[in-house]
Amino acid sequence: MINSFDDTPKQAAELQAALDELKDVPGPLMKALQKAQDIYGWLPAPVQNKIAEYFDVPLEEIYGIATFYSQFNLNPNGKHKIGVCLGTACYVKGSGDILNALEQKLKISAGNTTQDRNFTLEATRCIGCCGLAPVLTVNGEVYGKLTVDDVDKLLSKYTD
Amino acid sequence: MLERAHILVCGGTGCTSGNSNKIYSEFQTRLKEQGLESEVKLIMTGCFGLCARGPIVVVYPEGTFYQHVKVEDVNEIVCEHILKGRPVERLLHSEKEEDGSLKAINETAFYKRQKRVVLRNCGIINPESIDEYLAYDGYKAYEKVVTQMTPQGVIDEIKKSGLRGRGGGGFSTGMKWQFAHDSVSDIKYVVCNADEGDPGAFMDRSLLEGDPHAVIEAMMIAGYAIGAKQGYIYVRAEYPIAVQRLEIAIGQAREYGILGKNIMGLGHDFDIELRLGAGAFVCGEETALLNSTEGKRGEPRQRPPFPAVKGLFEKPTLINNVETYGNITQIILNGADWFASMGTEKSKGTKVFALGGKINNTGLVEIPMGTTLRTIIEEIGGGIPNGKKFKAAQTGGPSGGCIPAELIDTKIDYDNLIAIGSMMGSGGLIVMDEDNCMVDIAKFFLEFTVDESCGKCTPCRIGNKRLYEMLDSVTKGTATMEDLDKMEQLCYYIKENSLCGLGQTAPNPVLSTLKYFRDEYVEHVKNKRCPAGVCKALVSFKIDPALCIGCTKCKRNCPVNAISGEIKQPHVIDASKCIKCGACLQGCPKNAIVR
Ligand SMILES: Cc1cc2nc3c(=O)[nH]c(=O)nc-3n(C[C@H](O)[C@H](O)[C@H](O)COP(=O)(O)O)c2cc1C
Ligand code: FES
Repeated sequence: MINSFDDTPKQAAELQAALDELKDVPGPLMKALQKAQDIYGWLPAPVQNKIAEYFDVPLEEIYGIATFYSQFNLNPNGKHKIGVCLGTACYVKGSGDILNALEQKLKISAGNTTQDRNFTLEATRCIGCCGLAPVLTVNGEVYGKLTVDDVDKLLSKYTD
Repeated sequence: MLERAHILVCGGTGCTSGNSNKIYSEFQTRLKEQGLESEVKLIMTGCFGLCARGPIVVVYPEGTFYQHVKVEDVNEIVCEHILKGRPVERLLHSEKEEDGSLKAINETAFYKRQKRVVLRNCGIINPESIDEYLAYDGYKAYEKVVTQMTPQGVIDEIKKSGLRGRGGGGFSTGMKWQFAHDSVSDIKYVVCNADEGDPGAFMDRSLLEGDPHAVIEAMMIAGYAIGAKQGYIYVRAEYPIAVQRLEIAIGQAREYGILGKNIMGLGHDFDIELRLGAGAFVCGEETALLNSTEGKRGEPRQRPPFPAVKGLFEKPTLINNVETYGNITQIILNGADWFASMGTEKSKGTKVFALGGKINNTGLVEIPMGTTLRTIIEEIGGGIPNGKKFKAAQTGGPSGGCIPAELIDTKIDYDNLIAIGSMMGSGGLIVMDEDNCMVDIAKFFLEFTVDESCGKCTPCRIGNKRLYEMLDSVTKGTATMEDLDKMEQLCYYIKENSLCGLGQTAPNPVLSTLKYFRDEYVEHVKNKRCPAGVCKALVSFKIDPALCIGCTKCKRNCPVNAISGEIKQPHVIDASKCIKCGACLQGCPKNAIVR
C-alpha cells in the first residue's frame, strides 16, 4: 500500500524550524525524527529524506534509526489507536484473551490498521498501570480491570 | 504550616489514569466554594505506593488515607472532613486497632514494614515545585559536597556506604564513580538510565514523577565527584508524566541558578539535557543506551572499553540508574554509616519493588534489603487474591528467574537472589498463583526477548528464536524428553556467547523454571497435560454432569455451537468442535466446567 502524503506549508515550516533548533545539538538524529513524527504523525519517506539532507547523513542511516525503534511509524495510523498491554501483570491476568477478542472483532492482527482506518490495534509493553490489570488504552486513555465481555462496548464507543 | 490542613492528591501514573487530575480540580472548586482556599493547602504529589487502591487522597494533619476516591466524593470530603472534622468512613483505607480506633497510616500492614529512603518525598511534596523540594533539605547535599568535601572524599563516602547499582547488575556505585573519576579527559558525562524496560516495573517512573529534583541533585553531585559538566537523562518515551515533571524541574533549577554556570555562586558548572527513548528494550543496556543517547540505533557496543573509559561521544561517562541516584543525597546528608546500617552484609540500604500480578496490594514498596519474600507477599502485599495458593514470584524481569513457594523465606538481597537462580533486576516483582503455568510464563518472557533482540549477534538473534520454538512445542505437547535436554544446552550456549546482557540473561527464565518446575515441563511432554490449565492445545473442556443444572448459559456463550443439551439437563461439550476459547467458563453459575 502506498500511503499518500500531503505536506502542508505549515508542517513544512514547523519541520524546518525544528531542524534549525537541532543544528548544534550533539547527536540530533533521533530528536529530529521524534519532532518530525510529532508534526506528521508518522515518518513519510520525503521527510526522512529531508532530515538526511539537512544533517548530511545517508538516507539509510535515517531509515536505520526509524526502523530500529518501535515508536517510529513508517505508515500512518488509524483514527483511534488501541494498545493492549501485554506486560507481565496484565498478561498474567488475561490480557492475551482481550487482544485475541479484538483481533477477531476488528479482523486484523496486532500491529495493523483496519481498512476504514478507524482503528489501529497494537500490543504494548507494560504501561505502568499494573494495579488495574488487565489494561488497554484507546488514544492514550486507560481502561482497566477489563474482561473479554467489555470489548464490544468499548469498540462501539469509538465507532461512529 | 500556615494552613490548618493539607490535602494531598496522588498524581502518579496509576492514580492519574483513575482520574486524579479531575479529583484535584474538583477539590479546587469545592474549597473555593466554601471559602477555604487560604486555610487548606491542596497538593498534587507523587505516588503513595498503594496503586491498587487508587485514586488516593490523604488529608493532614491527621494523615487520613482515602482510597478509591471518585470525583463525586470530593464534596463530601470537603464538607464532612474539612469543615466538620468527621472523616468520611466509607472511603477510609482502614485498619483498626484492637480497641476499634483507626490505625495510623504508618502502622497499617502495607506501610509498617517499609522503610522509605528513596521514596521519602514521594507522596509528600509537590514534585512540580522546587520550593517544596528545597524545604525538605533540597540541594543541601550538593552544597555540602562542594563546600566541605573533595571529589575523592565524595567517592570514598559512597564506597563506604556499600551502595550497589539498582539498575540490575548490583555493581558497586563507589567503584564506578572512582573509575570515571580516574579517567583523564577534559570532557566527561554523567548519564541517568531511566529507560526502565522490565515489564511490570515502575519504580524509576514513580521516583521521577514524585521527586525529580532528587535525581537532578544526585547527578550534580556525581558531576562534581568525577569532574563532569554535562548530564543526560535518558527516559523512555512511554513515561509522559515523568518527562513533563523532569522538564519542569530542570527549568526551575536553571531559573534558581542551581543548574547552569557557577551554580549557587560556588564556582561549578553543570547542566542536564533530556533524551527520550523510542520503544526499544535493549536501550536499557548501558552501551546501547549511550548509542541511543547519541541519536543512533540502540545497538550495544562491545565492552571493554567500559563507559567509564570511553562512553558517550567517546568520552568517559558515568552511568547509573534512577534509583541508584535516589540514594545519593541521603548518603551525603546522613552519612555512609547510617546507610550501611540498613540491609544485609553485602547489600546495603533499601530496595524499591513494584509488586504486581496475583497479589492484593499491587503497588510500590520500599523495604530494607534482607526482608524475606514472605514478608513482602503475605504482610505488605496482603496475600494472594481469591484464596489461591502462592506458587512463585518472578524477579528481574526477562533477565531474571522464578522463586518457588518453598523458597519464600529467602532474604531478598543481590547475592541470595543470584544464588537461587534469579536476580534483583531493577525491582519488578510479579506474583504468580496456582493458575499460572510456568512453561507459559517462560515462553512469555522469551517471546519478549526475541521481539526485543537487536539482532546484532547471532546467539541472541537466532538462538533465542529456536529456544522460543522449543518452548512453544512444549506448550503444544509436541516436544520430547530429549528436547528438554537440548533446550537446557541451548540456554547455556546463548548465555555464554551473546554480545550483551540482553542475550546473556535471556535464557534465565527458562533455566529457573526448568530447575524448580521441571515436573511441570515433564507433565506437558509426557502426559500432554498442562497442570494449570493454561496451555490451550493441551486443555480440554468438560462439563461435570453432577454439577450442571442445565441453565443453558454456556451453550449461549459458546461462539462455535460446540455445546448441546436441553434445559435443566446436563450439557455436553463436543471436543471436535470446541476451540478452547474458555467463553463457557465465564458465567457458569455452578463452576461445572472443568479443564
Ligand atoms: C537488556 C538489559 C536491559 C537493561 N535495562 C535497564 C533499565 O531499564 N534500567 C536500568 O537502570 N538499567 C538497565 N540495565 C542495566 C544497565 O546496563 C546498567 O547496568 C545500569 O544502568 C547501571 O546503573 P547502576 O549501576 O546504577 O545499576 C539493563 C541491562 C540489560 C543487559
Ligand atoms: S503490566 Fe500492564 S500496566 Fe503494567
